[in-house]
Amino acid sequence: MTVAGMNGAGPGPIGRGASVTLSDLEKTYDRTSAAAKAVDGVSLDIRSGEFLTLLGPSGSGKTTTLMMIAGFETPTAGDIAIDGKSVVAMPPYRRNIGMVFQNYALFPHLTVEENVGFPLKQRGVPKAERAKLVAEALELVHLPGYGARYPRQLSGGQQQRVAVARAVVFKPRLLLMDEPLGALDKQLRENLQLEMRRLHADLGITFIYVTHDQEEALTMSDRIAVMNDGKVAQVGSPEDLYDRPDNRFVAGFIGESNFLPAVVRGLEDDVVVAECEGTLIRALCPGRPASGERVTLTTRPERLRFADGTWAGTEPPQNRMSVTVTEAVFAGERCRYMLRAGDGTSIVLKEPSSAAIRRRAVGERAEIAWSVADTILV
Amino acid sequence: MSEVVQPASLALAVSRPKTAPFDWRRAVPLLLAAPLLVYMLVFYALPVAAMLLRSVNDPSWTLANYAILFEDVVFQKTFWITINTSVTVTLGCLILGYPVAMGLVRAKSMAPFILVIILLPFWTSVLVRSYAWMVLLGRHGLVNEALIALGMIERPIRILNTPLATQIAMIHILLPYMILPIANALRQIDPSLIRAASGLGATPFMTFRQVILPLSMSGMAAGTLLTFVLALGFYITPAMVGGPRDITLSMLIAQQVDQLNWAYAATLSAVLLATALAILAMARKLPGVGNAFKTSMR
Ligand SMILES: Nc1ncnc2c1ncn2[C@@H]1O[C@H](COP(=O)(O)OP(=O)(O)O)[C@@H](O)[C@H]1O
Ligand SMILES: [Mg+2]
Repeated sequence: MTVAGMNGAGPGPIGRGASVTLSDLEKTYDRTSAAAKAVDGVSLDIRSGEFLTLLGPSGSGKTTTLMMIAGFETPTAGDIAIDGKSVVAMPPYRRNIGMVFQNYALFPHLTVEENVGFPLKQRGVPKAERAKLVAEALELVHLPGYGARYPRQLSGGQQQRVAVARAVVFKPRLLLMDEPLGALDKQLRENLQLEMRRLHADLGITFIYVTHDQEEALTMSDRIAVMNDGKVAQVGSPEDLYDRPDNRFVAGFIGESNFLPAVVRGLEDDVVVAECEGTLIRALCPGRPASGERVTLTTRPERLRFADGTWAGTEPPQNRMSVTVTEAVFAGERCRYMLRAGDGTSIVLKEPSSAAIRRRAVGERAEIAWSVADTILV
Repeated sequence: MSEVVQPASLALAVSRPKTAPFDWRRAVPLLLAAPLLVYMLVFYALPVAAMLLRSVNDPSWTLANYAILFEDVVFQKTFWITINTSVTVTLGCLILGYPVAMGLVRAKSMAPFILVIILLPFWTSVLVRSYAWMVLLGRHGLVNEALIALGMIERPIRILNTPLATQIAMIHILLPYMILPIANALRQIDPSLIRAASGLGATPFMTFRQVILPLSMSGMAAGTLLTFVLALGFYITPAMVGGPRDITLSMLIAQQVDQLNWAYAATLSAVLLATALAILAMARKLPGVGNAFKTSMR
């Protein structure tokens, strides 16, 4: 088997990264019982050179989806196409995909050099060429000089780097990673997140990254596909998902959200007017809900302000509500308030802390305000 | 036992002044093992030592019994047959046992069933199994009848009382000792390594050659060692199904004892024991074998 683009690191006619299309992908592990589908109708268009993250809680089908792309699991239904060609019938060793496992899966009986050289050896790359490429790959992950060691002689972070070097040394056009930073401590994880971004920029290939850590997903990804219960809940850029969640699951899973029950009272252009706690609240809405429909409005805690505060030259926002402070917590860079609206809905408000801003006391009555653009009907 | 007692006694050792009275708790493991140790000493170690002693003090203190072995053609032929049989049987077990071990590890719901089949020979005496092979391999045994029925031979061939019969029967008897350590090593291979190899471009055969085989090496070493050392001392099977002139060391020893040639028998026993010990000692030097032995005993 020869390596496509082994020597040509430059962008080919269709870019350096592979495009991946998942169409109505389904996977049921246990056909005998009426078990839930691990993956249930996933359709995704992953663009060439994109950094796409599959984000979701444990058991949402992220690993299963990745394993089907890699070829370790066979889809029960649906299709996977890489660069427009279906790969469902192709064994993993022919797919030419780089993969980093959660536990790294380094070969314990091989040195770092032999581990990284493994994919090249399978492809019949001659020894001298192999040594050169291995050295380059180790350089890329900042591990030169570690070639003669065995995996067990490396720290977790170093093992992770070796796994990445091994996954990219044969210049695949697609790299899959299943929670590659999951086993590392926070500090190291943050450093490696930045390195992964840099690696993605350097290589220009397509990354499909799996994590259950929303912060990691927001930091690293071009686009995120949020998964829940085997389905894609929403696909979009980190900003899209954070500012305009499509549904309650996404609003709740990514960042913190307030959910306000409301009743639709009317429409103004693309803004819906809904009654909530006896006041009219305006919200952005993709659809056209009927008047009288019960809905949920969502807004982020840090987008709320106390209405008597300063608005830094901008107009005070349109949405307002009277609340009572039920809890006030000073948390260094910000103050976090629990508020109760008229009929009991609790609302969280986060305010950047400043010695110049008066802190609210528990039991105090106040008015809060936020802008229409930060209010979404889900 | 020692694991249970050690931590407590260690803690005591730290806090206690050096002149403290004898700590009985330390002696508990030894006391518990004492009956067995005494039994082994009286009924095993002493007789063995007495027997071995005869090789150097019968009729008087001398090494002559060993010296004559260098010119003893019968001994040399027997020794060669013994080693040869053991090597062949061990190789046969390795080749036949490895795939079975792989099957055992990969089988999911069938695994207990396969394990029972592998262990079945353990529950039958060597004598019975050797008789069974006599029946199967005889002139009118199942094997000959089957070969004739298949048209592969015209009249019965001689299998029983040939070296081949010894090898077949010994492989059958010793297979579990090869399969279990290998299966144990295979079971410890992280399945994600197999996936990783495949994802990195290795065909199933390449994965076997470069990942599975090297990672099961410790199990193969343990199985090979165990099988080989056990094969060295085989007596009943080669005596029953082997050829009349294919005498192994244990058979020669038995024969000499029958003829009350005690000094000669003792010398041969010492050689057999030394061979087994030498092989064990050499194998301990191989990396991973010591560990493999520990894990295969679980
Ligand atoms: N090999 C398997 N056999 C049976 N069920 C599985 C297997 N792998 C995963 N599952 C099930 O499929 C669902 C999705 O799992 P997975 O893809 O691992 O989710 P995630 O990676 O998002 O945590 C879970 O309910 C899980 O229990
Ligand atoms: Mg997972």
